[in-house]
Amino acid sequence: MRRIARALWIAFAVLAAVPAFALGVDPPLPDPGQEARAIEIHKALRCLVCQNQSIHDSNAGLAVDLRRIVRERIQAGDDDAQVVGYVVARYGDWVLLKPPLNVKTALLWGAPAILILLGIVTVRSFHRRNRALAAATPTPLSTHERKRLERLIGEDAP
Amino acid sequence: MRLGTVLPIAIFAALAVALGVGLTLNPREIPSALIDKPVPEFDLPPVAGKPLGLASRDLKAGEVALVNVFASWCVACREEHPLLMELARTKRVAVHGLNYKDAPSDAQRWLAEWGDPYARAGADRSGRVGIDFGVYGVPETFVVDGHGRIVLKHIGPIMPADLETKILPAVAKARAQR
Amino acid sequence: MIPELGHYALVLALAVALAQSVIPLVGASRSLPSWIAVARPAAIAQFGFVAYAFIALMISYVISDFSVINVAENSHTQKPMLYKVTGLWGNHEGSLVLWVLMLAGFGAAVAVFGGNLPPTLRARVLAVQAAIGVGFYLFILLTSNPFARLLPPPLEGRGLNPLLQDPGLAFHPPFLYAGYVGFSMAFSFAVAALIEGRVDPAWARWVRPWTLAAWCALTVGIALGSWWAYYELGWGGWWFWDPVENASFMPWLLGTALLHTAIVVEKRDALKSWTILLALLTFALSLLGTFLVRSGVLTSVHAFATDPERGVFILAFLVLVVGSSLVLYAIRAPSLKTGGLFQPISREGALILNNLLLATACATVFVGTMYPLFLDAVAETKVSVGAPYFNATFGPLMVPLIATMAIGPLLPWKRGDLGGALGRLKIAFAVTAAVALATLYFAWGGPVLAVFGMALAAWLIVGAAVEFADRIRLGRAPAAESWRRALSLPRASWGMSIAHAGMGLVVMGIVATSAWEQERLLIMKPGDRAALAGYDVTFLGTETIRGPNYMAARGRYEVSRAGAFIARMEPEQRSYPTPPMQTSEAAIRPRPDADIYIAIGEPAESGGWATRLYHKPLVHWIWFGSFVMVAGGLVSLTDRRHRVGAPARQRARAPAPSAQAAE
Repeated sequence: MRRIARALWIAFAVLAAVPAFALGVDPPLPDPGQEARAIEIHKALRCLVCQNQSIHDSNAGLAVDLRRIVRERIQAGDDDAQVVGYVVARYGDWVLLKPPLNVKTALLWGAPAILILLGIVTVRSFHRRNRALAAATPTPLSTHERKRLERLIGEDAP
Repeated sequence: MRLGTVLPIAIFAALAVALGVGLTLNPREIPSALIDKPVPEFDLPPVAGKPLGLASRDLKAGEVALVNVFASWCVACREEHPLLMELARTKRVAVHGLNYKDAPSDAQRWLAEWGDPYARAGADRSGRVGIDFGVYGVPETFVVDGHGRIVLKHIGPIMPADLETKILPAVAKARAQR
Repeated sequence: MIPELGHYALVLALAVALAQSVIPLVGASRSLPSWIAVARPAAIAQFGFVAYAFIALMISYVISDFSVINVAENSHTQKPMLYKVTGLWGNHEGSLVLWVLMLAGFGAAVAVFGGNLPPTLRARVLAVQAAIGVGFYLFILLTSNPFARLLPPPLEGRGLNPLLQDPGLAFHPPFLYAGYVGFSMAFSFAVAALIEGRVDPAWARWVRPWTLAAWCALTVGIALGSWWAYYELGWGGWWFWDPVENASFMPWLLGTALLHTAIVVEKRDALKSWTILLALLTFALSLLGTFLVRSGVLTSVHAFATDPERGVFILAFLVLVVGSSLVLYAIRAPSLKTGGLFQPISREGALILNNLLLATACATVFVGTMYPLFLDAVAETKVSVGAPYFNATFGPLMVPLIATMAIGPLLPWKRGDLGGALGRLKIAFAVTAAVALATLYFAWGGPVLAVFGMALAAWLIVGAAVEFADRIRLGRAPAAESWRRALSLPRASWGMSIAHAGMGLVVMGIVATSAWEQERLLIMKPGDRAALAGYDVTFLGTETIRGPNYMAARGRYEVSRAGAFIARMEPEQRSYPTPPMQTSEAAIRPRPDADIYIAIGEPAESGGWATRLYHKPLVHWIWFGSFVMVAGGLVSLTDRRHRVGAPARQRARAPAPSAQAAE
């Protein structure tokens, strides 16, 4: 029974995703500034029936519809945040390719900083341990210093 | 054992648990943004061959109902259709239809061939009303309470198990809260 | 008959692998030479059986034997022979056979060419390798049998996805798998070292060639995939931060880090614990990638037909292999003796910084890829992490890495003089400033970050050249001596300079195309002209053509500049019947300065055709630079030291190798 359900799921998904590789171009907005805004917003919205594409890059039916809606909202006078908000109100945060910054995504956006801090702390404690060990043993000369020493000794040699 | 050497296995253990849970989830299923919100305002003409169209005011009339998004080009819709027919026949809950991006003749022919469980069916030819509902694929089914609030969205065809475990309980709950 | 024999061969391979994973391991810890000696012939036999199974499956594809379900589902009589052959690994079951072929192949290579390894170490390495194989054989035989039959056989196969009928993509999996599986060698070496309780410079010298070979293969695999996406997918994208792309990129990042710390273990006998951990984690990420592609846990363009039951098996396998190796690490790593000490400012210190940044970058990509799953599991919230997140976090991490790539090689071991190193880079500073000014001038009005990015890439390339010149005393000694020095320079040094310079080229390509790409989306009717970055593109019309297994609308565009004809470009919109699919074959004019890229789409009701025009500066430098990096890696691989060296000398000095086994 699960098998049938899965097969239908795939049919559902495939039916939605198949047109995604064809290309389409919609009639642009008459105002180039508005059209540029529209394209930027298209690039930021996820095509929900594709796999990892924006509605700018996909020609699935839903992508075409959403592009049209974005253009309509821009012409109606909405600013960028309102246009995006219109789509998010209907489809949720998942339609945003750039995850929003809120309590639930704090760990996501904070990850790089946290990780690099962790890394720096680890490296510093490692160097500190190295220094303690080095204090216990005489500091070896670096290649540079050894060469200098050899040169000095060599010059002094009779 | 030092902390540094135990950390990798600890993190991996957490990851393995998350992956295990992940296997039970469906990444393609996007939850609705409209749960507990009122249905969008709309007024659709009837599907060809039917007398009654579908509008938001019909969903606020005091009766819990299902809104089923369907189309003649949708293969999976045929699988769930017998269930909807059964629901309509036994009158357990009212079933309305939202015909999504379909040509009138195609929809009419499809309903004639597969059966018509819909008390009311609106023809959303452009798909705009579907978008207002947050529809991204077909079929989808919404459970709407008597006040026109969306309480549940079911994505994909309705299987008997879904009916018993998710949809009918949601209907019962909505009725109880009236 | 042949499929059945192939199937049986896999069963035999499993049996041999089971023996190979147990007997030599016991023999090594109990000093039983005859048990240790089982490892080599077992590895060779295992490879023989798997090769037979692979050939059996290949024959089924070549003769289009549709009684084999795998062939029926993924092949078609009308497919060109090349794609019948490469179609073997274009699906889940077949690709697993390729995987185990490589796994057994690497094991056999160690058995044949690893004569200079101490027998106990070699036995343990082969045992671990075989244990990994056991897991994969079981997976194949229990859940993903490619030799299952279908009777009566269908008259025709269900065809392969037309997107996969492409040279770039046909060869992308073998290189990718060679990379993943190659890192399994580093993993096996690491586990064997942990079991032995000893990591020494000789170990690092044995591990490096395998890791380097794997790294080269993985780089080629990723580059091929990216290049394929560029010319096939129709809008000129070449990296999408798709979960499965990330799954191949993460082992690459850690593998690069591993290559660099292995140098420290080899030269200075330090950073052992971290290097071992890297070897374990790199392969763990390869296995994780396998899980992500085949389990259905994440959505992706690349995912094979998914099945959660298979996902459970792979997850169990992942937990067993990675979990046990990390437990072993937790127990054994603290007892690894630390070696040479060094100051923070030194070549070792620079390599630690390199590792810090690469590991953080890898971890960031990991967090971004897994976060949707994590959040869904923990908080039942769906969030999508797309390219904008990765671009915002990964890029900044790469900046300090590239900047220090030019400085690190100039620092000596143990203790270095930063001022001295920077002093020697004066020329690099000058050239970088010049490049920045030139970029600012030619690309005035473009993004500021682009100037910075180009300068950074120039810094890296010139820095690599400066380091090389410094090594051969160019300018400070007579030309003849510099020439002599250059010829006698170890190949590994050549390799490093070439690879670092290649990286600089890649960065330039990425920065230029990201910053200055121009896109025009138009509906063009025959006779329409459009301007694109100083060129004029005229649409002449379309014609319908028929290909071997498709129908297409071919558009004809003429590109000219100031009236002079430059090129005729003919993109196509193709329709395939089985499975029904439409693809866009873009017309590309690749040049060192920029690509012109034209894609034709749907016809519009008005009589025009949807057209996408792109001008992409330096985009091919991305893949050219990648191949330069691989060339550097290959040059490094031919270094004499990887074949002659301490291991051989140790063997000459220690007449009784079995004495070493008594640990």
